[in-house]
Amino acid sequence: MTAALRFDPIRLPEKCEQLRKEVRAFLAEEIAAGTFDPHKPNREDTDAPEFSRRVGAKGWLGMTWPKKYGGQERSFLERYVVTEEMRVANAPTRRFFVADRQSGPVLLKYAPEHIKMEILPRICRGEICFAIGMSEPNSGSDLFAAKTRATKADGGYLINGTKIWTSSAHIADYMIAIFRTSPPTKENRRHGLTQFLVKMKQPGIKVNPIGQITGQYEFNEVVFTDFFVPDDHVLGEVDGAWKQATSELAYERSGPERFLETYYVLTELVRAVGPNPDTRSAEGIGRLVAQLHTMRRMSVSVAGMLQAGKEPVVEASIVKDIGTVWEQQLPHRVRDLAAFVEETATNRETLERQLDFAIKTAPKLTIQGGTTEVLRGIIARGLGLR
Amino acid sequence: MAESDNIVVETAEKIFADLADPQTINNDKKDSWQAPLWQALSEAGLPLSWVPDDLGGSGASLADGFALLNAAGRFAVAVPLAETMLAGWLLAQARISSPESEMTVVPASPKDRITRDADGALSGRARGVPFAKTAKHFAVLAHGKDGAVIALVDASKARIESGLNVGYDHSDTITLDKVQPITVKPAPKGFDQTTLMLMGGVARSLQIAGALEAMLDISVRYSNERVAFEKKISKFQAVQHNLARLAGESAAALAAATSAADAIANAKSFDDEVYLEAASAKIRCAEAAEKGGAIAHQVHGAIGFTSEHILHRYSLRALAWRDDFGSESHWAVELGKLVARRGADELWPLVASR
Repeated sequence: MTAALRFDPIRLPEKCEQLRKEVRAFLAEEIAAGTFDPHKPNREDTDAPEFSRRVGAKGWLGMTWPKKYGGQERSFLERYVVTEEMRVANAPTRRFFVADRQSGPVLLKYAPEHIKMEILPRICRGEICFAIGMSEPNSGSDLFAAKTRATKADGGYLINGTKIWTSSAHIADYMIAIFRTSPPTKENRRHGLTQFLVKMKQPGIKVNPIGQITGQYEFNEVVFTDFFVPDDHVLGEVDGAWKQATSELAYERSGPERFLETYYVLTELVRAVGPNPDTRSAEGIGRLVAQLHTMRRMSVSVAGMLQAGKEPVVEASIVKDIGTVWEQQLPHRVRDLAAFVEETATNRETLERQLDFAIKTAPKLTIQGGTTEVLRGIIARGLGLR
Repeated sequence: MAESDNIVVETAEKIFADLADPQTINNDKKDSWQAPLWQALSEAGLPLSWVPDDLGGSGASLADGFALLNAAGRFAVAVPLAETMLAGWLLAQARISSPESEMTVVPASPKDRITRDADGALSGRARGVPFAKTAKHFAVLAHGKDGAVIALVDASKARIESGLNVGYDHSDTITLDKVQPITVKPAPKGFDQTTLMLMGGVARSLQIAGALEAMLDISVRYSNERVAFEKKISKFQAVQHNLARLAGESAAALAAATSAADAIANAKSFDDEVYLEAASAKIRCAEAAEKGGAIAHQVHGAIGFTSEHILHRYSLRALAWRDDFGSESHWAVELGKLVARRGADELWPLVASR
């Protein structure tokens, strides 16, 4: 038996192509109406609440979830199409993306029924935004070193401590976070953390903005001071978050957002070189397109595995490892080729502005949502080396 | 295309395991394993997998044949299985029966061109033709004033300058000088040299992906055996991360190659989407051969650099296969031109077409 991982060549079914047309038409209308400019990934305000509601009204949020929670019971492959079209268009997905991708699925699996009935339909309508509370000032990749305490109180828990690098916390309505409910044991250092649903925008929570090197404002420090979380907001097993955290990783790590974050510079380069590129430009573009195509085929394949009910954690880690390294290098490879673009290219300024932003974005891509080092550790474990 | 749900692949793997054990054949300086292996493959009908029953073949599907090539890559056997399969496939395009013999395809590079003159004779030079030296027949794609033709040619009618590729397999220059073919028929409408190169490129991609699978396996195994600084080298994080990258390159190569194979097996014609799949597979697999092979060698240290060790059977062959049917540089330029011609706003629709 070989250690090699197989990514079966899943094809998107016909109904996906119909859906793709609908998504493209919708996005074209939004662009025409001035909701966003697809050529400007570096806009300052990436929050678009009204757009989020319109996406929800289309039935494109929580697509795979049961209808009783507002979902559409559609396939992961259909969701994939919506996600990649939004990403390629540079649509402002910030408000709903995390909830749709991972917070909703966590609630579906671990939240009590009344909470599912209350929150999931609102995610599907695009009304609410989620943040993820994992990292702390002294624990990033080492998730299980988290120290923010959840102390048992009457009817719930009191939270004290600080989460950090929390994207969208300043606009989020909810956070799904891990807090320490018990100390780790000698046998299992991952023991003692519990997953909670936290309602934001309440006394006891302070959100402090943190500036980023791109000039954008995305992530925050979130300080909890005697913040009360009721018992029914515990998600899953008390002290057992470590058993739950891993299976969601396949959702989080294999999607098209893991290689398309800087894609716009490739499109713009193709526009700049025009229909008759020189050999160097053609070769450079050809390689990048071949690499992009391969990653997309792998990523679609993982969506097919998810649809088949598998938990392709190692496969997803490979997609994210290769995908994020690629999207990190992409602006630099495009810059190499852009050096030879004619001065007369009409989109030269657009390309330069985009490169400027993409180059500043690049360093985060191999850090957010699981660093390259963590991913390679997971892959190594899959190979039986750890 | 999973490994063992396919009778063609199962048959081939059993034959390879019995007659082409990597360590045994690596120790055999006289290559005395080749004849029995070829005989067993032929008796099982594998070299003519892609030839329909009525043209002398075993009539396997395109998909089964591609899976067979991937399995052959995992064993990296130096017999003209892929070449004979491609030759049989090419001949079948023009409804020409295949002989029961070792064959290869001409040309094997997008740059070479064989022409057909007014009285039907074939002329031209083709470089880097794999296993031309040992082939009994060539399947030739030639161009005349009435368009492309496909021909079966007696190999003894060609002048052959023998050569070896980076993997020590025959890669020869053949010259046809007014050679009359045994059989010649028009190629189907739309079939041209690019079609042949794309098909050959996907065959090589599957072989490279197979070789990378083998390299990953033997590298993981070795890292769990070799002790340095008083522990298995598989316990060093630097080694683990290298192997994780090798796993990624292996997975990417296999994904690209199997996707392209699936695209061809289910396509009605070699359209832009199939072009993207096949060209991408060759480009990405060639890159993986370089990056992945380097890691496999790094993990093995000096022992992997010895001729006694089997690693080079895979690593060098994977590198050599990059050159056949258009290198990654060739396909990158052509794919880049295609993308530029279609225009920036048609790039994503092409990528997202399947």
